[in-house]
Amino acid sequence: MRQSQRRNLIKLGVASAVAAAVPPGAFAQQKKYDPGANDREIKIGNINPYSGPASAYGAIGKAIGAYFDKINAEGGINGRRIKYITLDDGYNPAKTVEMTRKLVEEEEVLLVFQPLGTPPNSAIHKYMNQKRVPQLFVATGATKWGDPKNFPWTMGWQPNYQSEGRIYAAHLLETRPGGKVGILMQNDDYGKDYVKGFKDGLGDKAKAMIVSEVTYEVTDPTVDSQMVTLKASGADVFFNVTTPKFAAQAIKKAAEIGWKPLHYLNSVSNAAGSVMVPAGAENGIGIVSAFYLKDPTDPQWQNSPEYKEWAAWMARYNPQASLKDNFNVYGYTVAQSLVQVLRQAGNDLTRANVMKQAASLDLASPMLLPGIRVKTGPDDFFPIEQEQLARWDGKTWVLFGKIYGK
Amino acid sequence: MEALIQQIFAGLATGGIYASVGLALVMIYQSTHHINFAQGEMAMFSTFIAWALLQAGWPYWGAFLATVAVSFAGGLAIQRIILKPVEKAPVLTNVIVFIGLLVIFNSLAGWIFDHTIKPFPSPFPKSSGAQLISPHDLGSIAVMLVVLVLLYAFLRFTSVGLAMRAAAQNPESARLVGIRVSWMLGLGWGLSAAIGAVAGMMVAPIVYLDPNMMGGILLYGFAAALLGGIDNPWGAVIGGFIVGVLENLLGAYVIGTELKLSVALVLIVTILTVRPNGLFGKTVVTRV
Repeated sequence: MRQSQRRNLIKLGVASAVAAAVPPGAFAQQKKYDPGANDREIKIGNINPYSGPASAYGAIGKAIGAYFDKINAEGGINGRRIKYITLDDGYNPAKTVEMTRKLVEEEEVLLVFQPLGTPPNSAIHKYMNQKRVPQLFVATGATKWGDPKNFPWTMGWQPNYQSEGRIYAAHLLETRPGGKVGILMQNDDYGKDYVKGFKDGLGDKAKAMIVSEVTYEVTDPTVDSQMVTLKASGADVFFNVTTPKFAAQAIKKAAEIGWKPLHYLNSVSNAAGSVMVPAGAENGIGIVSAFYLKDPTDPQWQNSPEYKEWAAWMARYNPQASLKDNFNVYGYTVAQSLVQVLRQAGNDLTRANVMKQAASLDLASPMLLPGIRVKTGPDDFFPIEQEQLARWDGKTWVLFGKIYGK
Repeated sequence: MEALIQQIFAGLATGGIYASVGLALVMIYQSTHHINFAQGEMAMFSTFIAWALLQAGWPYWGAFLATVAVSFAGGLAIQRIILKPVEKAPVLTNVIVFIGLLVIFNSLAGWIFDHTIKPFPSPFPKSSGAQLISPHDLGSIAVMLVVLVLLYAFLRFTSVGLAMRAAAQNPESARLVGIRVSWMLGLGWGLSAAIGAVAGMMVAPIVYLDPNMMGGILLYGFAAALLGGIDNPWGAVIGGFIVGVLENLLGAYVIGTELKLSVALVLIVTILTVRPNGLFGKTVVTRV
């Protein structure tokens, strides 16, 4: 009895000696968890439109899941598996709220990753920030997601509409500083965001250069009348801020009425298959648009190791999805950004640390265009702000010039 | 000046679209005295059928006629199966069924054919360079006028047309003189679905085919039909052209593009308050 007590005392002494010898930094490695994380797994919530009018985007949610499958098969992140819970909101903001509450309150996820669309994200913006749950890398280009002062729990990912608008303005000032600009925009926040960035980019010259600005509503059957007005204004530069259907109409109508301006098309509508081909591939020759991801159909990438790695992942983990679909590149790349955030977070898997790590990224991703980096800081909640321009040659987009943006 | 003329012609082209949808609305109103809110979605679905046939390698006019026939049968079937049970129910019940049909057709089309826009071929020659009005616009206006004449002749000069109008206006008396009122309603649905199919196939090359193709157009179609008089096919067509041109001219020169849609809504409200029978409609007097 006495002997064992003494032994215990010795043990205690040894223990405190060891404790004193351990450098203080190691205590940071002490495991800290918020709901949704433990020694074995990290729970990540996601909301995507798998049904309804925007269901084409559902491919993104599936691709993200397929990428996490790959990470899990390779041993997870710092030894923890990712448990990915993805729900369908049908692009209906009311349902987004319901699904988000389910993820946060019932499933108790560590964070909500990549909810898709501006209206759905707007609907949960305040809720996520009140609950202090990360609304991380939202899938929309609205500029309002980069507001760390007022909304420290929300962060975008893709280039925002304003920075893209500034890129077109920069190119315009370089190539046609005396141009007369006509703008067609959707009459909502998305359209206004783009036009604001474009005008900011033109600076003092905006007033003199923009000769006509017309809008359309999503309920308008066509934008024919607007195109006639723009042509009549004498504009020789066209900034086209439209969603796919109206973009195709505008491209076709411009050709029909014989208007051949320097045509900037917002990246929202630069998919070859769903806009450029329906518009009539030859009608769009010369159109300029901005890109940040590698186009999987572009032959210049198809022999690169990055493309081959992506294609191998597709074949193994996402075999039903199309190798031509850009959304699979998008999902793959955005999932890589999150994996990096979680790796950096180490054993401190609190929601606060997730946001802290998300705000200290500087990473290149294999399927981002060469030279473009995912960069954030405590005051910079805009991960991707660089893009490169490409010109439609009648068959495909051909990249040219430098990388714009910071 | 050139811009003004172009605006007018662009207005006529879209007016033709509104007119063809307005015609289908007049048709259903003539035969049932209801306004079918699912008219646009049915037309859209018919157009998808045509698209699927074309994808399968059918020639254009073959697919066109087959689609019109299938749509006629489909419209008839909808009336027989879904609307017959609520034939005698209050108007509101019918309206709810119409809205249900709208949602069903929209979701079905999205589920089967997905939501990406699809180019739809035009049977008319391609436009060559800058023109005031494209061959397709002209062609579709011509097709619509042919449909109008056929419809007018049918309602005015055939005994079935007469029976149909009677069944809609006074079902009890019609039944007493031996008209099979219920089948007349079915026939009306079939015909309006067929007209809708023609409208859809003429509209799709201009606005691109997707499940939401007819959403906004139906609203303008209502304005057109109400402006001309909901019981008058000619009125609906003229109403369509007026709405199309008015909307463009006001949008381009007076109120700006932000308020373009409001033109249609203001028109609907104004007509309903000032002249409920429309420009060319008949005033119905009911003897008590």
